[in-house]
Amino acid sequence: MTSLSHGLGSSVGRKLVVAVTGLALLGFVLGHMVGNLQLFLGQDALNGYAALIKSKPALLWGARLGLLAFVGAHVVLALELAAENKAARPHGYAAPGRIQSTPNARSMTLTGLMILAFVIYHLAHLTWGVTHPADHALVQTLADGTTRPDVFSAVVLGFQDPLVAGAYLVAMLLLGLHIGHGIQSVFQSLGLTTSSSRGTFAKLGAGLTWLIVIGNCAMPVAVLAGVITLPEGVA
Amino acid sequence: MNLDSKIPSGPVQDAWDKHKFDMKLVNPANKRKFKVLMVGTGLAGGSAAASLAELGYEVDAFCFQDSPRRAHSIAAQGGINAAKNYQNDGDSVWRLFYDTVKGGDFRSREANVYRLAQVSANIIDQCVAQGVPFAREYGGQLANRSFGGAQVSRTFYARGQTGQQLLLGCYAGLARQIDAGNVTMHTRKEMLDVVVVDGLARGILTRDLVTGKIERWAGDAVVLATGGYANVFHLSTNAIGCNVTAAFRAYKRGAGFANPCYTQIHPTCIPVHGEQQSKLTLMSESLRNDGRVWVPKATDETRPPGDIPEHERDYYLERKYPSFGNLSPRDIASRSAKEACDEGRGVGPGKRGVYLDFRDAIARVGEDTIRERYGNLFDMYERITDESPYKVPMRIYPAPHYTMGGLWVDYNLQSTIPGLHVIGEANFSDHGANRLGASALMQGLADGYFVLPATIGHYFATHGPDKQPVDTDHPDFARVEDDVRGRIKKLMGVNGTRSPASFHRELGRLMWDKCGMARNARGLTEALQRIPELREEFWHDVRVLGSGESLNMMLEEAGRVADFMEFAEIMCRDALTREESCGGHFREEHQTEDGEALRNDADFTHVAVWEHTGEDSTPNRHTEALDFPNVHLATRSYK
Amino acid sequence: MNITVRVWRQEGPAATGHLETIEATDVSADSSFLEMLDLVNERLISAGREPIAFDHDCREGICGMCSLVIDGVPHGPRRATTTCQLHMRSFTDGATITIEPFRAKAFGVLRDLVVDRSGFDRIIQAGGYASVNTGGAPDANAIPIGKGEADLAMDAAACIGCGACVAACPNASAMLFTAAKVAHYGHLPQGEPERDRRVTRMVETMDAEGFGNCRNYYECEAACPKEIPVDFIAELNRDFRRATVQGGSR
Repeated sequence: MTSLSHGLGSSVGRKLVVAVTGLALLGFVLGHMVGNLQLFLGQDALNGYAALIKSKPALLWGARLGLLAFVGAHVVLALELAAENKAARPHGYAAPGRIQSTPNARSMTLTGLMILAFVIYHLAHLTWGVTHPADHALVQTLADGTTRPDVFSAVVLGFQDPLVAGAYLVAMLLLGLHIGHGIQSVFQSLGLTTSSSRGTFAKLGAGLTWLIVIGNCAMPVAVLAGVITLPEGVA
Repeated sequence: MNLDSKIPSGPVQDAWDKHKFDMKLVNPANKRKFKVLMVGTGLAGGSAAASLAELGYEVDAFCFQDSPRRAHSIAAQGGINAAKNYQNDGDSVWRLFYDTVKGGDFRSREANVYRLAQVSANIIDQCVAQGVPFAREYGGQLANRSFGGAQVSRTFYARGQTGQQLLLGCYAGLARQIDAGNVTMHTRKEMLDVVVVDGLARGILTRDLVTGKIERWAGDAVVLATGGYANVFHLSTNAIGCNVTAAFRAYKRGAGFANPCYTQIHPTCIPVHGEQQSKLTLMSESLRNDGRVWVPKATDETRPPGDIPEHERDYYLERKYPSFGNLSPRDIASRSAKEACDEGRGVGPGKRGVYLDFRDAIARVGEDTIRERYGNLFDMYERITDESPYKVPMRIYPAPHYTMGGLWVDYNLQSTIPGLHVIGEANFSDHGANRLGASALMQGLADGYFVLPATIGHYFATHGPDKQPVDTDHPDFARVEDDVRGRIKKLMGVNGTRSPASFHRELGRLMWDKCGMARNARGLTEALQRIPELREEFWHDVRVLGSGESLNMMLEEAGRVADFMEFAEIMCRDALTREESCGGHFREEHQTEDGEALRNDADFTHVAVWEHTGEDSTPNRHTEALDFPNVHLATRSYK
Repeated sequence: MNITVRVWRQEGPAATGHLETIEATDVSADSSFLEMLDLVNERLISAGREPIAFDHDCREGICGMCSLVIDGVPHGPRRATTTCQLHMRSFTDGATITIEPFRAKAFGVLRDLVVDRSGFDRIIQAGGYASVNTGGAPDANAIPIGKGEADLAMDAAACIGCGACVAACPNASAMLFTAAKVAHYGHLPQGEPERDRRVTRMVETMDAEGFGNCRNYYECEAACPKEIPVDFIAELNRDFRRATVQGGSR
């Protein structure tokens, strides 16, 4: 019998890893969105949530390292498979055709890489404070005099810049394209799809995709539209 | 020519068991010392190669296709017969034996046919064990249908793709032996000659169809499983690549060719549409279970079929053969269609077609049921003709389909050249003058799975010890290779003006006219005069471009056509000498008053075997007498 | 009808090829696509030029020998139809038709439109069978198999091994072919004893042959002349997961 590592090294095995890590990342994206949607609840809610996360450094770093590993495996294996795919057809068609595959399915590598670039930008923006150091340095002073990072204001300030908000919106669209194919693909690669469940998985994929795209886009849109504004005292 | 059939003495029921016991065995440890060269890997060759390898023989197998799973066995649609009596409708080995002998119009060997019926049940067991997905009932048991004029339901099927599934089954077994290293498979290699050393078949010559390389192969036995020769008619239901070359080359090296005039014309094929046509497509005979065959009564009918009222239609099969009706055997159904068209009552372009009408069946069981039964066939028909059989009747016409004749073999499936065995459609043995539906798959697999693996051991055991070792450096190999190279060089060197295909078309038309569904002395004599002329033209005017040292499909075709050109002559000669009508061979001079075939048992209850006597010399006709102690000679009647 | 074909010409495996434009006049709309090529070839021969090499044999849609990518689609524009069963009436008069060989690293071009598909055979040799020897099989009705499962096995077994799935897949993946073979046995009790070994060895061979990886585009399913569904790929993935990650199906 083939060993586990041998099995996972095969085309189907690596696809399995891409699927599982993709699914985990999708879980993160969902959780991340639910947490961030507290933007709509106001400064106290969001900043409190951020402080709560930061108060458990072991957990936070565990999650960060786990995420990093998942992203790493997902990206590296997907790129490796993509390179093999390219090599599998050294001579393309002079008159290429397409029957039923979707353009988003066929651009998974491209959308994936663009999402990766966005993630780095996103981290630079709100986690590392590289792009907007002043916003990142903002703090909220609580009633007892203690301070905590004012994530709320940093986000709102960022999204008030149409360029930044635009980048986030574009990224969410790309994410939508990526997971639009990715979610139903996960079920196929895990071997869970059957002729009867195929439609259901496709609908589930589409539903989740729309949920994530709409949920994430709601935040920059709300800021741009002036629905969410800066708290008093933050310039 | 020694035509000892080696039929075991005693009652026919015990012959095969007795023979298996009487044959000598090869010690298991010695089996790997014997190498078998298997030419052709369809149902017969594929199953034989796998089974021989399982026994421990070393097998080298060859096919001209790019994979054994492309062999034309794949195209059989309807099913495979077996005397299982799963339906409790009175079937038995004896009944299958009886039906096959009678269906073959008393021109087959009783003992062979009995053996075929006997092992038929094992074939189904074997195929199921291998994972062939035969049709099943809801309870999980195998389904059966009645097929090709049988009055019992003994046909096993896998949708309309039985041949495909059986071939994939035997190919899977072959693949397993290739994986195990017991079979070496050579694809895209065409056999071009047999090497006979000291009277024993010891090797073959092949041409690699990709590189053009001529290669020598030595072995302890050669098995030809190279199919039939229906493509002598150019337009047939056979695959484009099917050819007589291997069998014909063996004939020229001394193997007798038996009953070449026995060709089967299948009644349900899509009619010819025009000059550019390359092939005729079979519509499964199972369609006749529900379809009704008819032509207009009037010769000048021009209305579309739906407008022709009931009383102006002639359901001629039901009229002439009330008890079998639309399910009459193939030869009878084909000839009746020809008669109707000869009378000017044919339908469709050129008036060479008859209707196969599902109107009544659709009214009786509903369109959905008909779709379930024949959906894939109806779709195929619509793709080809652009007409929907649900709405208008199909048009069908007979087409060459199968050849009962083939290289003569004895009970051990050995030809007149010791060591050269012939199995499947390539031999002549089991179908007599007409083959029943769903019996070709049965015979191919019977030969390959059960008969040859038993009999070839006897050959090795009796010829092994004292045989000189022969390798490909033997001068006889060099001689044969010179012949092969000479032929290729000659073909490439003519440099005329006509393509090989155009000659093939012309030969085919001639054969169809003169030696097709109905034959007469005048036509056959004309053909015998015309064929040598045509051959002469071929060798002076054929054009083969390119080189012999690369993939050259034109060269392949030219070689095959060249052999058909010579073979056609023997076929006509055989048809001319057989002064009777039997099965697929209908001589117009020999018919009853109402147009039925008239056998001449007194003079022709024998196998005609042709012996090559040299280039430009008339072949000798030998006979093997046939004996019917069990199924008594009677006139077939399907009325 | 009159058409123009742009057809791939390549003298041998190592040669570089090119698209050649040939006018085909007076083609019968009732002739099949391959009969159109026959006609083109006849005329090439008359002009003293070598005919176009293409694979074909049964010409009734079952042997799987015919191939061709016609205007970017394996076996041409008509669904569930092999090239040999495609008829010229599917094209418009005056059309220009591009004809290319199946393209994949694993399917080397041998000449013109002829490619080497022996990789498929090696995949089958790696386990596409039930290991039973001739003789000694139990009675065919000894193991009942429900009609539903038998029908599914037949759906998978309908594969003709033509390679259109590979040709259509943007990644030249052979997953649909391999999956069909795995699923054929997967739905039968006869295939059960070798289930794990079969799927792992066949996937291993498929990879080694240089086919690409499946990315669930489902282009293969649409190109398949026998309409083999991609559900069988999910079944292969499931079997493979159980055989490797979960340490066996039993």
